[in-house]
Amino acid sequence: MNELVSLDAAELARRIHAREVSSVEVTRAHLERIEAVDGPAESGVHAFLHLDAEGALAAAEAADRAVAGGAPASPLAGVPIALKDNLTTTDMPTTAASRILEGWRPPYDATVVARLRAAGLVPLGKTNLDEFAMGSSTENSAFGPSRNPWDLTRIPGGSGGGSSSAVAAGESPLALGSDTGGSIRQPGAVTGTVGVKPTYGTVSRYGLIAFSSSLDQIGPCARSVLDAALLHEVIGGQDRNDQTSVSAPLPPVVEAAQAGARGDLAGVRIGVVTEFSGEGYQPGVLGAFTDAVRTLGELGAEVVEVSCPSFGYALPAYYLIAPSEASSNLARFDAMRYGLRVGDDGEHAADEVMSLTREAGFGAEVKRRIMIGTHALSAGSYDALYGKAQKARTLIVRDFTAAFATCDVLISPTTPTTAFAIGERADDPLAMYLADLCTIPSNLAGNAALSVPCGLSADDGLPVGLQIMAPALADDRAYRVAAAYEVARGPGAGPRIPELRALEATR
Amino acid sequence: MTATIDAAPYTVEEVCERFDPVMGLEVHVELNTATKMFCGCANAFGAEPNTNICPVCLGLPGSLPRLNGTAVESAIRIGLALNCRVRERSGFARKNYFYPDMPKNFQISQYEDPIVFDGYLDVPLDDGTTWRVEIERAHMEEDTGKSLHIGGATGRIHGADHSLLDYNRAGVPLIEIVTKPIVGAGVRAPEVARAYVTALRDVLRGLGVSDVRMDQGSMRCDANVSLKPKGTDAFGTRTETKNVNSLRSVERAVRYEMGRHAGVLLCGGTVTQETRHFDEQSGTTSAGRPKETFADYRFFPEPDLPPLEPSREWVETLRAGLPERPWERRARIQAEWGLSDEELRDLVNADALDLVADTVDAGAPPEAARSWWVSYLAQQANAAGVTLPELAITPPQVARVVALVAEGTLTNKLARQVVDGVLAGEGEPDEVVAGRGLAVVSDESALTTAVDEALAAQPGIAEKIRAGKTKAAGAIVGAVMKATRGQADAARVQELVLERCR
Amino acid sequence: MSDITRDDVAHLARLARLAVSDAELDMFSGQIDAIVDTVSRVGEIPDDVPPTAQVVPQTNVLRPDTTEPSLRRDVALAEAPAAEEGRFRVPRILGEEL
Ligand SMILES: [Mg+2]
Ligand SMILES: [Zn+2]
Repeated sequence: MNELVSLDAAELARRIHAREVSSVEVTRAHLERIEAVDGPAESGVHAFLHLDAEGALAAAEAADRAVAGGAPASPLAGVPIALKDNLTTTDMPTTAASRILEGWRPPYDATVVARLRAAGLVPLGKTNLDEFAMGSSTENSAFGPSRNPWDLTRIPGGSGGGSSSAVAAGESPLALGSDTGGSIRQPGAVTGTVGVKPTYGTVSRYGLIAFSSSLDQIGPCARSVLDAALLHEVIGGQDRNDQTSVSAPLPPVVEAAQAGARGDLAGVRIGVVTEFSGEGYQPGVLGAFTDAVRTLGELGAEVVEVSCPSFGYALPAYYLIAPSEASSNLARFDAMRYGLRVGDDGEHAADEVMSLTREAGFGAEVKRRIMIGTHALSAGSYDALYGKAQKARTLIVRDFTAAFATCDVLISPTTPTTAFAIGERADDPLAMYLADLCTIPSNLAGNAALSVPCGLSADDGLPVGLQIMAPALADDRAYRVAAAYEVARGPGAGPRIPELRALEATR
Repeated sequence: MTATIDAAPYTVEEVCERFDPVMGLEVHVELNTATKMFCGCANAFGAEPNTNICPVCLGLPGSLPRLNGTAVESAIRIGLALNCRVRERSGFARKNYFYPDMPKNFQISQYEDPIVFDGYLDVPLDDGTTWRVEIERAHMEEDTGKSLHIGGATGRIHGADHSLLDYNRAGVPLIEIVTKPIVGAGVRAPEVARAYVTALRDVLRGLGVSDVRMDQGSMRCDANVSLKPKGTDAFGTRTETKNVNSLRSVERAVRYEMGRHAGVLLCGGTVTQETRHFDEQSGTTSAGRPKETFADYRFFPEPDLPPLEPSREWVETLRAGLPERPWERRARIQAEWGLSDEELRDLVNADALDLVADTVDAGAPPEAARSWWVSYLAQQANAAGVTLPELAITPPQVARVVALVAEGTLTNKLARQVVDGVLAGEGEPDEVVAGRGLAVVSDESALTTAVDEALAAQPGIAEKIRAGKTKAAGAIVGAVMKATRGQADAARVQELVLERCR
Repeated sequence: MSDITRDDVAHLARLARLAVSDAELDMFSGQIDAIVDTVSRVGEIPDDVPPTAQVVPQTNVLRPDTTEPSLRRDVALAEAPAAEEGRFRVPRILGEEL
C-alpha cells in the first residue's frame, strides 16, 4: 500500500503545495488503490459506480501547474475527492444508484461540484449509495452493495456507504455525501471516518438529486476533523441557485478545528442526550461512548445529562416527512424527458409507459417510500400523518432550543450498533430504519451535527461513532469539540483494514 | 365517445323562471415578465420549440426553483388593483399529478395561503350600471409545456399515435384569479361573466403585467356554472368549462351551460360534476376525460422556496404606483375632452383611446389628436391591414405633426405627407419635413412675387378679378400652388391674389 | 393497526404510477401497514402544536427578472428517450389535461 493513500488531505495538500509530491502522483496512488481494492463488484469494497481516471489526471495536472505558478486555487488544491453519485456532474454519469437514471449525463454541475473544481480538487469518480439515498446500508443500490473495509461481509452504512468506504479504504482522502436522516454521519460511524452534516441551508443543494428537500444537506466525509473542515469551507456558503441557502456567513469551521486540536475544552458545556441509550444500543457502542464522555471531561468540558423528550417522535416523523417529499421529488422520473423508458411499443399510452418504467426502474425500498409518502399526503390521511409529523418537527426544534439554552453542544452515539452484516436487515425495513435513530433529530431541526470515530466496540472490534450536535449556524462548536476529542482519543480508530491487504494480495 | 346532450334546450329567460344561476370564474393570466417564474429562461411566445428551457424548467434531477421578484410584484399589484388584502405570510405548495406536459409532475402553486385574497372588482355593464364581483383569491403558479398530437385524423388528442412536447411555456408565470360565487345575476349572468372578464382584462392591461391575449392563451378563463332551484339555499352541482378563448365565448359558454343544466334537471336528471370543453364553432360544451380528483393532488408546502412576507412599505410603494382603473380613466378623459358617449365609444372600439391620450400627454390639443387617430391614421391602418397600435408612428410623433401645423410650418395636406414619411420609416417628423422639403412657403415677398407672376401669365383672368369676379381667383391660386409645389398656404395665397387685384 | 389494505396499496401504486405486480402487492401491503402503524405514533401529538414545514431562517428570497442563457436544444434533447422535430417524443397521451 502506497503511503500516500493513508495520509490526511491536509498533509497531502501541504506536500503538494510544497512540491514534495505532485497532485498527479497523489492521484495515481489513489487510482491504483482503487484498482487494488474496489473491485470486483461482487466481493471488493465497491465504493465507486464510476471512475474517471483520465479526467482526474487532467485535473491533477492543472492543479500541479497552478502550484508551479505559485497560485494553488485553495488550501485543498490538488487533493483527490470522491463524489456521491447523487450530485450532478457534466463529465460523469449521475445515477443516484438507480436503474431509472442509468447512464444519465447531466448538462450541469452541482454547485458543490463546481466549487470543488474551482478550488482545484481532483474528482476521482462517483460513489455508490442506496438508491436515491434511501437506506442505511447501501444495499439498496441498483448496482450492488458497497462493503465495509473493516469487514467486507458488513455494510458500510448508508445511504453514503460508497463515500464512507472509499475514505475508510484509502481510495480517496475526501468525499462528499448527502445527509437526509444520517446518510453522512451513520456511514462515517460504522467505517471509522468523520462525517459532517452542516447546518441546513449552509451548503447549496443545487445539483443534489433531491430525496427529501427540507432535510437534505450535503457535507464532507474525511479521515480527520480538520480535513472535513477544510472541505466544508470549500463547498459552503450562499448560492443564488438555491433559495433556501442562507445568507449568514459560514461559521469558521477550519479555525474551530485548529483551535480544538489544542486540546482544551474548558468552559464548554456538553449535554448527553438521555434518550439515546438503553434498550437497542449495543453494549460495545455504549462502552465506547462512555469512554468518550470521560475523555471530554478530562479535556475540561462540563458534561451534563439533558433530556429531549420529543426525540422519540423523530423516527416516525422522519418516516412520514421524507417519504412524502420523496413521493413528489421522484415523480419527475417518468420516462418522458430523460432516463429509462420501458414499454414504448406503440401500444402503451404515455401513462402506462410511465407506470411500467417506474415499476422497472425503481427498487423495492424506493417504491415502498413513494407509496408511504403518497398515502401520508392523501387528503384522507394528511392531518393524521403528514400534518402531525410537521407538529413533531416543531416539538423536536423546541427540545433542541431548550437543550442548547443550557449546553453548547449535545452528544450521543451516532448509531445504536456497529456495522451489521450485509443482508441482515434487508427484509425488515423497520429494523433498518433504527440505524438512523440518533441522527434524524438534527435533520428535522436543521442544526449542525457530525460523527467522529470514538474507538472500537469491545464486543466486535468495529468502529463506533460519537455524534456531536451544535445549534444552527454554530457548526464551529461541533468542530472544536470533535477536534479536541480526536487529539485526545489518539489514533485508536485510524485505518486498519486487514481484509483489504488480503484483497490486494489476490490481485 | 361520451354521450352528451348537445343542445341547450332552454333559453336563459326560461332557465331563470325556475333557477338562480351561480357562477365562479377562474382566470389564468400569463405575466409578461422577461423570464419565467422559477428560472432565468426567456418568457417569450412563439419561439422555436425547446429553445427556452433549462435544468430548472425542464425539471432535471437536482435543479431547484428560483422565484422571480417581478412576478411577485405583479401578483401583489394585481391584488391591490382588485382591492384584495395582501397576506402577511404566504408560500408555495406543490400540486402533485402526472402529466407529460408538466416536467416535474407537480405544479408549484399556492394553496392555503395565496399572496392576495378577499377583494372585489366593480364591473361596468352594458347599461351603464356596475356589478360588484367579489374576488376570493389570486395566486401565483407556473404554466405547463405544450403538446402536439401526431397521427390520427384530427390532429387532436384522440386517435393520435404519439405526441411531441415543447417545454418553452413550462414555468411561465401565471396568476390565477378566482371569484367568489357570483349569485343573483339571473338572466344577466352571461353578460356579467363577459363584463367581468372584459373589465379584468382592461385592469391587467392598464397594469402592464400581461399581454392579456385570449387568442394566444395569455389569458384563459374557466367558467364554473351551477343552478340553484328558486327558493332554495343549496347550490347545485357545478361544471367547470375550459377552453373559453374569447370574451364572446365566456358569455356563450355560461349561457349554454345554464340551458344544459336546466335541461338535465327539468328532465329529472342530475348534473355530473365534471370539466367540460367549450367548442368555439358550435358554441356547445362536451364532457372532458376525468383526471385526478381534487383530493388526489396531495398538496404540501414547497420545501425549496422560503416563505414570502411582503413588508408594509413594499406593499404601499406598489399601491402608490397603481394606474387609474381603465373605466375611471375613461370617465375622466371624456369629461376633460368634452366627448359625447358616441365619440368615446368610437375611440375605445378603435383601440385609439390610449393613443389619443398619449398624444394629448405629448402636447397636442385633444380635438386635433383625436381627429388624426380616428380619421387619417385609421385609414392608413386599415389600408395596411394592421391595428392602430401596430401602426409605425408614435403618439409623440403625431403630437409633433400637430404642433407643426399649429405653428404654420405645415398645411394639413403637407402634414399628411409628413405622416406618410414617418410611416414609411423616413424618421422623425422634422426629418421628413427636411428630407422631403415640405415646409410651407411662408416668405411673404416670395409669395407676392409668385402671385404677380401668375397674374402676369394670365392677364385675362387678372382682368376678370379686377372686375369683381372674385371666383376667378381660384385659377390663379391653383397656379401659385402648382408653382410652389403645394407648399404655400392656399388661404393666404387667395388673400394675396385679391389684394394685388384691388 | 393502521388498516392499510391490499386495495389501498393498489390505489397508492396507481396514483404514484407504479405498475406493481401481484406478488409485490402482497409484500408491500404487509410492510406498508406495519410501517404506517409504527409512524402513526405522531398522532399522539396535540393538535394545537404549530407545524414546521421547513427550517429556512429567511423570507422574501427573490431573483431579479433578467434572462440567463438557456440550454442548447440539442443538449437538452440528447438525453431524451426519443425526440422528433426539436421536441420530446412521447407515447400517445390519453385524454386532455383540461
Ligand atoms: Mg391553477
Ligand atoms: Zn428555464
